[in-house]
Amino acid sequence: MILRLAFASLWARVLTVGMTILAIALSVALFLGVEKVRTGAKASFADTISGTDLIVGARSGSVQLLLYSVFRIGNATNNVSWESYQEIAARPDVDWIVPISLGDSHRQFRVMGTTTAFFEHYKYRQGRALQTAQGTIMDDLFDAVIGADVAATLGYSVDDPIVVAHGLASFAEHKDQPFRVAGVLEKTGTPVDRTVIVSMEAIEAIHVDWRGGAQVPGQSTPIEEIRQMDLTPKAVTAALIGVESPLQTFSLQRAINEYRAEPLLAVLPGVALQELWAIVGIAETALLAVSGMVVVTALIGLMATIFSSLNERRREMAIFRAMGARPGFILSMLVLEAMITAALGAILGLAILYVGLVVLQPLLDSAFGLWLPIDAPTLRELWVILSVIAAGAIVSLIPALRAYRMSVADGMMVRT
Amino acid sequence: MTDPVLHLSDIAYRWPGRAGFALSLPELSVAKGETVLLLGESGSGKSTLLSLICGTVTPDSGAVTVAGTQMTALSASKRDRFRAEHIGVIFQQFNLLPFGTVTDNIVLPLKFAPKRRKRVQSPLREAAQLCAALGLPDSIHTAKANTLSVGQQQRVAVARALIGHPPVIIADEPTSALDAGAQTSFLDLLFAQTAAHDTSLVMVSHDPRLGARFDRVIEMQDIVNVNRTAP
Repeated sequence: MILRLAFASLWARVLTVGMTILAIALSVALFLGVEKVRTGAKASFADTISGTDLIVGARSGSVQLLLYSVFRIGNATNNVSWESYQEIAARPDVDWIVPISLGDSHRQFRVMGTTTAFFEHYKYRQGRALQTAQGTIMDDLFDAVIGADVAATLGYSVDDPIVVAHGLASFAEHKDQPFRVAGVLEKTGTPVDRTVIVSMEAIEAIHVDWRGGAQVPGQSTPIEEIRQMDLTPKAVTAALIGVESPLQTFSLQRAINEYRAEPLLAVLPGVALQELWAIVGIAETALLAVSGMVVVTALIGLMATIFSSLNERRREMAIFRAMGARPGFILSMLVLEAMITAALGAILGLAILYVGLVVLQPLLDSAFGLWLPIDAPTLRELWVILSVIAAGAIVSLIPALRAYRMSVADGMMVRT
Repeated sequence: MTDPVLHLSDIAYRWPGRAGFALSLPELSVAKGETVLLLGESGSGKSTLLSLICGTVTPDSGAVTVAGTQMTALSASKRDRFRAEHIGVIFQQFNLLPFGTVTDNIVLPLKFAPKRRKRVQSPLREAAQLCAALGLPDSIHTAKANTLSVGQQQRVAVARALIGHPPVIIADEPTSALDAGAQTSFLDLLFAQTAAHDTSLVMVSHDPRLGARFDRVIEMQDIVNVNRTAP
């Protein structure tokens, strides 16, 4: 009955209480939304590469290696020689190895040389493989497979010719060897979407007439001649490795890191992602703190609402006192009302979050490659909701204590 | 003579924080089933006296005894419980929780008084019977209190004071918000109910015309000394 009266009392002030509930709901939705985007971004981040046990490159930092090999951010300081690559590939604990050769670009997109094994072994988002939306993967020397963003931005489709530029923001284009778009990949939400993929041999081919970063003047080898040449790569930028058994990952990593012929670095993608995330994490924490402050603001609003209602409710308290209610009852009733308000706000906030997710999920996925799963509330989210309710109870204690003192002083006689 | 239901003796009280207002009362006694009208103008100490009887304030000295229990010896929370068990209160107006239904309001005191609750077999049926006895229509039970007329509200307040038959009813000018006709019918109903259950009634008012219906009329100034000194 007391609970029913508390609801009736709230209902009698539906407008102010409703506004308070809305404020709490929006703040909770924002907080949980930020949390959702944060974990979603982290998962998307981690989903960029899966199924790969080790990434190998020239010795630098693990984050740097991860950034240039997987995220196409920054550049390799050095390459891995083809001999070293072959030696690692021949090790018995290596199940598969995929070479990556970077350094050229097409418009604003990076060009990556690799083998067809890349399409077989590169996995994202818990083991999903790359799929072509149009065409096929490359089988000719001058075939290119482009990511979804490349196709969308530049309006390319299968059989369009493209010209690769040397370096990243260079005007020196490899005009002599135009490529043909063989296939367009499905959207993945990974850097593959912004990559032009060609074969390792193609990378060699376009550099036939180049020495030291510049085209040899007057020299232009005809395509037919190039096709006859030995296009075995001289070096790779990095390589993705899958091991025979997960237990061998660490011994292989140690073996590569201690490789004598050349300074190499092998990193576990997950570990390197963690390191990278630790750096990005500062911004993430700041975002979370800001949305946390919004929740605090809404709770202060709740407190203000209770304060402003105290005077008009003095008579109500006097009635309760005359009926034999202790001042402690008045206090607990106000705290109960605040908890109901906070709970309704938190639950509405959760509902807003889910509606928002349903509406925004496809947009975020296509625009940012950020996939936010719609799951049942996690334990963490339930804790957030419980904390909001508890915090509502705590902030309401301040006006409730005032009401307690008022009801002790007033007794059952309100002097107005 | 049986023991009085209500007995105050040698009361001295000074309002805390308000210098210059002090009240003393040598003796006041009300017998079981007796109806007493306390007459006095505003400022005669009526409200203070009612608060003393109900135990929401305690005298600096002296004793208040209700139904054989010395309230002044109880702790604050025990006084609250005791009030819930033994005293029905009717105010001048604004008696009811505006957002509660009529039935909610009537059964409210039982919430704080387990013994009084036990005396009532079915609170809802009891509330309905009291409503009927006080001339309130059946349709009113689920109505919100703030939709009622003032006269109806005062009758609901009577029903609330009477439920579970507390030995004492304290009424603070319950008729002052009613017109003359409504006053008469209100008092008829109130007296019928207190007589039926042998309940003592202490009502304060400034209106001497009501006096004829009571067993005893006491002028506040005859029993209470109020001292106002310049602060």
